[in-house]
Amino acid sequence: MGSHGFLEGSIQGFLRALEHALESEELARRNGLLQSLDPRVKLIGTLGLVLAATTSRRLAVIAALFALACLLAACSRVPLRTLMFRTWAGALTFTGVIALPALFLTPGPLFWRLPLLGFPVTLTGLRTAAYLVSRVETAATLSMLLVLCTPWSHVLKALRVLRVPVVLVVILGMTYRYILLMIAAAREMFESRRSRTVGRLDAGQRRRMAVSAAGVLLSRTMQLSGDVYLAMQARGFRGDVYVLDEFRMDGRNWVWLALLIALGGAAVWAGRS
Amino acid sequence: MTTRIFEVQDVRYCYERVVALDGASLTVPSGVRVALLGANGSGKSTLLRLLDGLYFAESGVVRFAGEPLTEARFEDESFSFDFRRRVGILFQNPDVQLFNPSVFDEVAFGPLQLRWPPEEIRKRVGAILDALHIAHLKDRPPHRLSGGEKKRVAIASVLVLDPQVLLLDEPTAALDPQSQGQMIDMISAWKDTGRTVVTATHDLHSVEDIADYCFVFEAGRVLAEGTPSDILQDVGLLRRTGLLHSHRHTHPSGEIHSHPHQHHDH
Repeated sequence: MGSHGFLEGSIQGFLRALEHALESEELARRNGLLQSLDPRVKLIGTLGLVLAATTSRRLAVIAALFALACLLAACSRVPLRTLMFRTWAGALTFTGVIALPALFLTPGPLFWRLPLLGFPVTLTGLRTAAYLVSRVETAATLSMLLVLCTPWSHVLKALRVLRVPVVLVVILGMTYRYILLMIAAAREMFESRRSRTVGRLDAGQRRRMAVSAAGVLLSRTMQLSGDVYLAMQARGFRGDVYVLDEFRMDGRNWVWLALLIALGGAAVWAGRS
Repeated sequence: MTTRIFEVQDVRYCYERVVALDGASLTVPSGVRVALLGANGSGKSTLLRLLDGLYFAESGVVRFAGEPLTEARFEDESFSFDFRRRVGILFQNPDVQLFNPSVFDEVAFGPLQLRWPPEEIRKRVGAILDALHIAHLKDRPPHRLSGGEKKRVAIASVLVLDPQVLLLDEPTAALDPQSQGQMIDMISAWKDTGRTVVTATHDLHSVEDIADYCFVFEAGRVLAEGTPSDILQDVGLLRRTGLLHSHRHTHPSGEIHSHPHQHHDH
């Protein structure tokens, strides 16, 4: 990869990260089913359905939960293309690597033999791989729907229902906010470098550039964190964190909470072996 | 008789080996709008942080309403709460000040730390967002805001506590002309409201609008003080402190030359 390839690749990577963040925020503001629900309902409902998908011992039940996730996505105006690229492809690659050996190594009746190599694919191995991939795909789809249809700050606040400490919620929120700021800073740094780079950089120069960029960003992070702490102190922060709970449950949200819990419970019951 | 809100006596402060303030002394009367003028690195921003009890003097004294500002004093929770309620600071870089995930959370942060009742917080946050015409940004994350919007949210996060004293660090820096104008209008409107405003700036263009009195800084100490018109007329002082810049222009004869230049003359 030449100097421009390296710089272009880095800049494109930063842009993609920012685009994903912006796309998620845009989806969370759409008028859709999941967007209209209280974040706590979505969080508890998602957890119930994910639990059902990961514990189910019937492929049909997992497939039904996956279909339900796709239906929820459609009702929430989340394009399947977004799910395909941001969830399904990644989850399939990750679990595929783990599931692939199981096809050949799990003992059981022969299902098929690989041409040329002659490796045996067993029926038990195929079922094991199918369970792993389908469970992960379903759980990842449901989780991604929660994140795409809820502003990140609301997801974090909703975590307090699960007794997650306030301080952790605040730290996660600040981390998300400053990661985006640092990505923008890194992008500007690389764009500035690209504008002054002529010719090709060898591997050593590219490594040095990456290391120096990391060093500059670390230094900026240290400076920024010190200043942010001062800004917090200036507004009364003394070590304890307080947040305001803005969520309001209405009748419709209670109905949806009951429905999602019932669906999750039914799926757990139906998925027993 | 005018009371003194801040007294700074022979204060010294260093960042490791770099001296930021070196024997600075000044007095800020209550209810007056003061400008701290000086080039970059003259110690203005450091002084603001000392006035806000974020840094503490290595030698010399900083007093707020007669009370010395020391680390030990801020350990007293009732003093700390009272001080933070009465004094607000606007940082030069709004990204430093906007650390919450949404605009609403940002503005509510101060009142929450001061343990105001939730209903009161909702009411005050809503009112200040309306007053600054940023209610539509309520659920937006800070990274989706423009520079001017970020500055307004930062101002809202300070004003929500209705502080008697405002410390502003380069409030018009990096703003577009329209946002600069809005910021200057806002500070101008605080004249004769009883609010004390201390603004660190090197923008001579707006100083007569935002200040009743000025201190000119050089190398960490106060070099001169006076009304804005007194200071702006002292070209020698402004040139010495790096507040005037050379302006290159072309005469009708075609001759091009440069000379020190004040924007407010034009």
